[in-house]
Amino acid sequence: MIPDHNRLTIHQAHKLLKTKQLSSVELTKASLERIRQVEPKVQALVTVTEELALKQAQKADELIATGDIHPLTGIPIVIKDNMCTKGIRTTCSSKMLENFVPPYDATVVEKLNDCGVVVVGKSNMDEFAMGSSTEHSALFPTHNPWDLSRVPGGSSGGSAVAVAAGETIYALGSDTGGSIRQPAGFCSVTGLKPTYGRVSRYGLVAFASSLDQIGPLTQDVTDCALVLNAIAGYDTRDSTSVPYPTPDYTQCLTNDINRLHIGVPKEYFVEGMQAEVEIAIRAAIHKLEELGARVEWEVALPHTPYALAAYYIIAPSEASANLARYDGVKYGFSYQDADSMWEAMEKTRQYGFGAEVKRRIMLGTYALSAGYYDAWYLKAQKVRTLIRQEFDQAFDKFDALVTPTSPTVPFKIGEKVDDPLQMYLADVCTLPINIAGLPAISIPAGFANGLPIGMQIIGKPFAEETLLKIAHAYQQATEWHKRKPPI
Amino acid sequence: MKLSREQVLHIALLARLGLTETEVDRLSEQLSDILESFEVLQQVDTTGIPPTAQSITLQNVMKDDEDTASLPQSEILANAPQRDGSFFRVRAVLE
Repeated sequence: MIPDHNRLTIHQAHKLLKTKQLSSVELTKASLERIRQVEPKVQALVTVTEELALKQAQKADELIATGDIHPLTGIPIVIKDNMCTKGIRTTCSSKMLENFVPPYDATVVEKLNDCGVVVVGKSNMDEFAMGSSTEHSALFPTHNPWDLSRVPGGSSGGSAVAVAAGETIYALGSDTGGSIRQPAGFCSVTGLKPTYGRVSRYGLVAFASSLDQIGPLTQDVTDCALVLNAIAGYDTRDSTSVPYPTPDYTQCLTNDINRLHIGVPKEYFVEGMQAEVEIAIRAAIHKLEELGARVEWEVALPHTPYALAAYYIIAPSEASANLARYDGVKYGFSYQDADSMWEAMEKTRQYGFGAEVKRRIMLGTYALSAGYYDAWYLKAQKVRTLIRQEFDQAFDKFDALVTPTSPTVPFKIGEKVDDPLQMYLADVCTLPINIAGLPAISIPAGFANGLPIGMQIIGKPFAEETLLKIAHAYQQATEWHKRKPPI
Repeated sequence: MKLSREQVLHIALLARLGLTETEVDRLSEQLSDILESFEVLQQVDTTGIPPTAQSITLQNVMKDDEDTASLPQSEILANAPQRDGSFFRVRAVLE
């Protein structure tokens, strides 16, 4: 008898499946049972795909019986509800897509299905991935399993919670300004945003196309590498995916971070940051030093304070263009009681979109409109260049940069939901990385009064291996990632 | 940076976004606050700096114009709010 199926990592579960000490059906039933148990409290899932999961588990068990299987075969996964799943509704947690059933799979879903995974559900998110708390879901808010009165972060809050609460063994999220890393930090799981272009975005509902990237949320770094192995790579259907070879990401998990040069950018220890977070992150960096890394404190990235404004001009601008497709004609919500075509379109968008989505469409439309384009959108794009150049210069010297994932521990539900600027600040440490298109990982690095603190490690473009190596060495030397929420 | 109600209504028209009176008032206030705090961007000297639209160096990605299988019409139309046989049904553009 295996003690607790819901707390197995991918690599542990794989071993048990392969040696037939555990079947995929057993593992899947344990996951579904755990969902029944904790879902009323955390509300992480928009859709539970029980029937499909059991069918996939049976198929996985047949594969296992024949021998050679993939490390992900037969293992339960939750997928963020902005990735198209053929025949399974994909809502983006929006009224606009509440009943949308995609006729095709996203490339990542197709790749995972080819590995024989078991999809147990689709996870809740801020509507169209716009938010930092999952409170902007038009369906319901998700609760942090470490303290149910607090937010799980966002926008991939449902995915982070599903992993943290043991509803699934791992999950996929998407990250436009921190939407994988910030909830990973808030829920004490491992979350990776790969380099822009590393993972195909085909079938990911578009938010801000020059910033969006799909990545894994897992219980440790080894699992993260295994999932990245399965989803990374060039895709002819996404012309922004890069035709570079993909390494085996588990090969870099050597524990040897000797001589690696790590920089600590001082601008990320921002004003208004909680003292407990700063203390925990400084201690975690000292740990990396102990493990052999050469650390330089007080590295200067002087354009960092402008990243937030640049991001919140660029992302909404792209969003306003991407979301123009929701016109009530081809799919999605459609207002029928109008007298004219224009009225139908305006009302469709009025009732189909929530407050934050409307705010960003308005902000983006304004920044792109005649007379304001140069002062706002073009200016933000130029600042984007400066931020990227600054990172490039830092990476001439450093292998990685280390910062907190968020300036605070998870905040209370309701605390920031009516104050957009305060909510935007929750992404202050993560969004510069999307602006520059870099890879970054968040890993558990401590707790303050029982609430999780995440550490962010940032790397050069396409140097995911360096990040995984450092994060893995840290997890081998610490136990934070093994703590599970009291739920 | 103050955004008037008229400006909010103009942007909403550009975005074809219906708004209630309350939303117009709230957005006028919130967008003004947001843009005011984003004025910091104007402090950055960007003389001679080119804009960045995307972070990878790929440009003009081409592929061969090959015939590939497409989704069946019935599946594409399955999500249509209004359809007429094998067509999306739309309202008259000119009245």
